[in-house]
Amino acid sequence: MSLKAVAIPGEHIKINTDPYTEPFWQKAKQGILTAAQCGACGHFRMPPTSYCPKCRSQDTKWPDLPGTGTVYSYVVCHKAPFAGIPDFTYIPVVVDLDGAPGARLVTNLFDIDPEEVTIGMKVKVEFNPIQDDWMLPIFRPA
Amino acid sequence: MVWVNQDKCAIVGVGATKYYVRGQSWPRTINDMICEAVIKACDDAGLSVEQIDGFAYYSTASAGYGEKMDTATFMEMLGIPEVGFSAAITSGGGGSAGSMGLATAALMNGDTKYCITVMGLQQYHKRLGLAYSLSEPDAQSSFLQPSGLVGPGHLMSVLFRRHMHLYGTRREALAEIVISQRENAIPRETAVRRNPLTVEEYFQSPMLADPHCRLDYCLETDGAVAVITTTSDRAKDLKQKPVYIHGAAHGGRHEWGRAFAWMGMPTDEYFASSGHKPVGQRLWDMSGVGPQDMDVALIYDHFSSMVLMQLEDYGFCKKGEGGPFVESGAVRYKGGSIPVNTHGGQLSEGYIIGMTHIREAVEQLRGVAVNQVKDAEFALCTGGPAHLPVSGCVLRR
Ligand SMILES: [Zn+2]
Repeated sequence: MSLKAVAIPGEHIKINTDPYTEPFWQKAKQGILTAAQCGACGHFRMPPTSYCPKCRSQDTKWPDLPGTGTVYSYVVCHKAPFAGIPDFTYIPVVVDLDGAPGARLVTNLFDIDPEEVTIGMKVKVEFNPIQDDWMLPIFRPA
Repeated sequence: MVWVNQDKCAIVGVGATKYYVRGQSWPRTINDMICEAVIKACDDAGLSVEQIDGFAYYSTASAGYGEKMDTATFMEMLGIPEVGFSAAITSGGGGSAGSMGLATAALMNGDTKYCITVMGLQQYHKRLGLAYSLSEPDAQSSFLQPSGLVGPGHLMSVLFRRHMHLYGTRREALAEIVISQRENAIPRETAVRRNPLTVEEYFQSPMLADPHCRLDYCLETDGAVAVITTTSDRAKDLKQKPVYIHGAAHGGRHEWGRAFAWMGMPTDEYFASSGHKPVGQRLWDMSGVGPQDMDVALIYDHFSSMVLMQLEDYGFCKKGEGGPFVESGAVRYKGGSIPVNTHGGQLSEGYIIGMTHIREAVEQLRGVAVNQVKDAEFALCTGGPAHLPVSGCVLRR
């Protein structure tokens, strides 16, 4: 028997933003998954940074993505990631984002038996409320 | 093209403290331990501490990842009259082996005559393994930390999972790395972990970030190791047989970049790797030797899977064949084709962010190692696969 992986409790998760990353998090608040895309050449980059590494443009677009993706790699953890809370099973996962070639998100996969996770499986986004009223994109099996 | 500074500088002294289990070095201070290592290195070389006149650090001159190494403080503590060089390779443990190149640059430029490279580590106030989870994330690490990848061992496990997927690599290969290094640590009085380890015990070790179990993580230890480098001309007059710096390179490519703090490595060739391949190629090109010429390899082992992927990236086996290569017994001290981490490494002897590997290379090439490789002439040392730069050096007797 193995326990289903769960989302990390959002009240323990904090993020910070800067002017170049904040649009990602503002869209997440609206329930939309996005990624930084160069306005000049179309190249995607994640995490968002202040220049396009292909053409050095600072023009950045934030397209609405379909919110689906493919598991590129993952690990399975059974110990709580912070002290002072009971252990649970969670799955850090690297997801190739549909609609944003080359962009990956380092996130969690939840609502799945760890034995059933495979590289290449399709996943879809959900949003986990975290500290300071931000929303964190995490994934469940599609 | 062979490096213009090949064999023109040498390691002439090594000094180290005892390796302590994390936190047990207190009430010693980190600067106390660093100075002990420097004084012992001078004694080993037959030099007076007052002859030291340069410092070539790595890891951005941090001691561990929380405290700073400060040349002026060391001058004040040790009575060093004057220095002409004080600089560091950036980032973290990735630069450890490359520091021999920085020292060479300083010596050949005439900035220093007797140069110290040192690392000290004391995990009394803060544990390195939790470095990511203990601090509030910045705008960039806010794309990493919420995933619960709490430290480097968790992060690198993601890379190794991809390697398993692509090439069918098995955890048995990691078991072989861990167990072979433990075997090497058993006869060594310097080693923190000396109890024999079986395959069964390996597979019973708790999973911290599947596929990495606790035994795949390096030790948490305190201590300091220092080496002294000088020009080969000066080395001739000193106490020890010189160990020549035959090649040294640090750097790496954009495709690896911030590596597992980024996870954007665009191809499998880079993602399921140690990031060392470009530096390894440069090192072989500049040194005029190759993996087949190495008698012993001191491979940075913060996590066992990174030993496997470095063996591929340095060409000891083909890409993707690290698993079968290791499982064949190739890295064993006894009977292996390339003995790896004959000191027990950071997995079993002690973790001083790469310096124990340089220490062991020197002992092997002087012919005085505990697990001596017969007639060892060439040793490879590498720095930790991580955020660039990463590094390697070839040392020669
Ligand atoms: Zn662009």
